[in-house]
Amino acid sequence: MIKISNLDFAYKNTQVFKNISLEFQKGNIYGLLGENGVGKTTLLKLICGLQKPQHGSVTVDGLTPSMRQPEFLQNVYFLPEEVITEDTTPEKFIQKIGCFYPRYDFALFNKLMGELEVDLSKRFNELSHGQKKKSLLACAMSLQTDYLFLDEPTNGLDIPSKALFRKVISQYCSDETTVIISTHQVKDVENLIDPIVILDRDDVLLNASFAEIIDKIYFEYGPERIQDAYYTEMLPGGYINVMPNTEHLESNVNIEALFNAVMKNKETIKNLMK
Amino acid sequence: MDFNGHKPIYLQIYDHVCERILSGEIRSGDRVVSVRELGVELGVNPNTVMRAFERLQMKEIIATKRGIGFYVCEDAKEKILLEQKKEFMENEVPEFLKKMELYGIKIEDIIKLKDKS
Repeated sequence: MIKISNLDFAYKNTQVFKNISLEFQKGNIYGLLGENGVGKTTLLKLICGLQKPQHGSVTVDGLTPSMRQPEFLQNVYFLPEEVITEDTTPEKFIQKIGCFYPRYDFALFNKLMGELEVDLSKRFNELSHGQKKKSLLACAMSLQTDYLFLDEPTNGLDIPSKALFRKVISQYCSDETTVIISTHQVKDVENLIDPIVILDRDDVLLNASFAEIIDKIYFEYGPERIQDAYYTEMLPGGYINVMPNTEHLESNVNIEALFNAVMKNKETIKNLMK
Repeated sequence: MDFNGHKPIYLQIYDHVCERILSGEIRSGDRVVSVRELGVELGVNPNTVMRAFERLQMKEIIATKRGIGFYVCEDAKEKILLEQKKEFMENEVPEFLKKMELYGIKIEDIIKLKDKS
């Protein structure tokens, strides 16, 4: 479990987090959402020990990431949005770093490269942006760490690759793993991410599973705009209205509409989901 | 499988498994694909598939056996049909009747239509 308590963090004069607390439970694929610059990447860096909290604490299974102990590092992998790669092949790269990770599996790497349809013979700098992203994903997943953090993993992937991405991540998930996907491309990871975490400047607005969201919030698709809804948007076939779920109805979470509803009603929804 | 926007995904997966049983693709006593396999096939969060399976279990459409995993229950087909009939009568028929009234269609018109087909 990842436990963040009363965390403060700032870059020089820019406050990023102010007294935030949240938890990530095992066995889930979290979606980390938030507008540009709210600190999604910073949060991932704090969890994997690349940044140190200025106040408060971050622990992962009781270990403190910023102490960078081997027993912590061997169980975590963070794949940044942009990776500067060495002039080598993905195969050589993974063979080099694999030894630091006890469950690293070279056969799995080959299998994933096949599933993701990446040309094994090419060096990183000969691969297209999307191919490079997929090869790094295969590397990350073949390490089989319990904690896997992906920053904007679907950027640059073509349409079939996005479906492949969802399949391999679904496969990766087990009772012991915690995957956190930070993204703006919610459509790419729809039906994959659950729970959803929404960050705001200095704050966490939401950390809830779909079951918890559906219980409290109703997504109505209908012909009319509902006046006192949290959020409404016109779609080609009518309107989507995000409203309190007063009648215990079951609907499908529309992540984009949810995000907009939360941004428009920060305090209301924060209190509703408590 | 294409998901539609209105219904919770776990219910759509529930329907999908029911469809497979109704079509005879999987029969009573057959093993159902595992949560994991179906999750990967659909590219969906395994927890969502688990929720669908829990509902299928609750409705006694599937059950677990040690070492085997999920299998299709006896009378699963009948149970699904019974549930769908109930759903049809409670939700679709009232909607249908409302539309008949709106368009000024009489029950006789429907009977005529049925006799012709």
